[in-house]
Amino acid sequence: MSVSNASGWPMFFRREGVRGFALMSPSFLFALLLLAVPIGVIITFSFWTQNYLDIDTTLTLQNYREVFEKPIYGVLLQRSLIVAGSVTFLTVILAYPLAYYVAFHVHQRKALWIFLITIPFWTSYLLRIFAWKLILGYNGVVNTSLMEIGLIEEPLDFILYNMNAVILTLSHAWMPFAILPIYVSLQKIDRSYLEAATDLGDGPIRRFLRVTLPLSLPGVLAAMVVVFIPTIGDYVTPKLVGGTDGLMIANMIQVQFGKANNWPLGAALAVTTMVTVTLVATGFVFFAKWLGGRAR
Amino acid sequence: MRFKFLTLYAVAFMIFLYLPVLFLPLFSFNDSTIVAFPLKGFTLEWYENLLSETTMHQAFFNSMQVGWSTAVISTLLGICAARAVTRYNFFAKKSITAFVMLPLVLPEIIVAISLLVVILWLGFNLSLISVTLGHILMTVPFSTAVLISSFEGFDQSLEEASMDLGEGPFMTFMRVTLPMVAPGIISSLLITFTISLDEFIVAFFLTGTEPTLPIYIWGQLRFIAKLPNVVALGSILLFSSFVLLCIAELVRRRAQRRTGIEGSIL
Repeated sequence: MSVSNASGWPMFFRREGVRGFALMSPSFLFALLLLAVPIGVIITFSFWTQNYLDIDTTLTLQNYREVFEKPIYGVLLQRSLIVAGSVTFLTVILAYPLAYYVAFHVHQRKALWIFLITIPFWTSYLLRIFAWKLILGYNGVVNTSLMEIGLIEEPLDFILYNMNAVILTLSHAWMPFAILPIYVSLQKIDRSYLEAATDLGDGPIRRFLRVTLPLSLPGVLAAMVVVFIPTIGDYVTPKLVGGTDGLMIANMIQVQFGKANNWPLGAALAVTTMVTVTLVATGFVFFAKWLGGRAR
Repeated sequence: MRFKFLTLYAVAFMIFLYLPVLFLPLFSFNDSTIVAFPLKGFTLEWYENLLSETTMHQAFFNSMQVGWSTAVISTLLGICAARAVTRYNFFAKKSITAFVMLPLVLPEIIVAISLLVVILWLGFNLSLISVTLGHILMTVPFSTAVLISSFEGFDQSLEEASMDLGEGPFMTFMRVTLPMVAPGIISSLLITFTISLDEFIVAFFLTGTEPTLPIYIWGQLRFIAKLPNVVALGSILLFSSFVLLCIAELVRRRAQRRTGIEGSIL
């Protein structure tokens, strides 16, 4: 008995599961403390109310009532959904052919292509938006060039500070992120399936629609989720290139935590956004499943 | 025919991807206070101006401090997590791993405001430490992903051989495992450092009185007269990120050739 007691503790640590868990726990605890707990606090805050300088901790749905009743929040959320949806659609449609090209038509230096595609994603996000501002601005590259060659006499003022500028800038920023998952799923496709389709008489288009596309849908889905989620929560792009017509829900959240100093309302907006994002992402998953089922 | 069209598309796409940011270095050498075409001439004035901007130097040092702390801590966390994921089976492994990777797919503003509320609510002040904590949270998924691919890439029998030859678990890790995954560690350090150096959204909420470089740039964007300086600073930042990422990629590839495993950053 005394022997097993003496070795009980070290034996416990020698067990596989315990060791793995122990190794994982620093990252896990870190994420728990700095992510799960804070999000829990935000959810709690959303049921409290701001009472001038104090926070009233009686639980109430008042913030959510305000979010749903005041039209401004609905408009901003709807616009964020439209912008994020358009950006997702554009990036996936534009990224797919490139991912396809690298997966099927590049035979040497594939890794170099992937590296070149990812570099812009790692460079400063703020600077990329700023670059677009330089391009689209009143005195920007587009306007000054068009005036130089005499196509227009006055600078065009409709190309910056609106929703389209936001969509363009965001699509450009997230393009690399969309290419990777699509590329990975195309790369995984067993080439003998394609040969089989050809042998069985499918032309290139039919083969693409019936074999390649359905098999790459998981990648397309991952790309959609990975692009949609960050774009809906962006506030820098709308602020720099969006003007007043391009502002999104995250700008409002930022204002509530900043100037307006109404944390509970901001928290309610953040929770509403999170729930919306989760619903839409789930919608994507079901849509892809339905599409995958139909294609077969 | 289809092949040629795709090649053309790919080339056009790469131009579209790179062109916007290339305007920054182009205008940074332009001899005009207005950042626009036509180009007026070559100058290094904007770069020279940066030498005397003391607030920018402070922001630079702040960014370095945050960057290195983030890189070291998130890589250490990543090493533990990657080791656990590749080598062991444990309770709720999939859910725990997914949870650690979660910051990758959460809107950054949510991460930022939740941290902000908790830090202020607990009575701490916003400082470089709060920015660093936020950055670690965001970079752990990246360091874990990079390190998982290098831990997967080596033969476990090497470790067993070391144990059979009488080394303890710690010495085996130091003398066998660590040298094998060293390239992954270096590339994780460089990538997380680059992310932290360029990160804006989380830093914006969690910065106190000491700005990091992107926060400094954001502040300068309001002053039209300062725009050329910002463009020069931005070009330097772009160039440094580019160099750091190239080194990370080269290190990773050399390691791949050694272990013979294909893989990518993501």
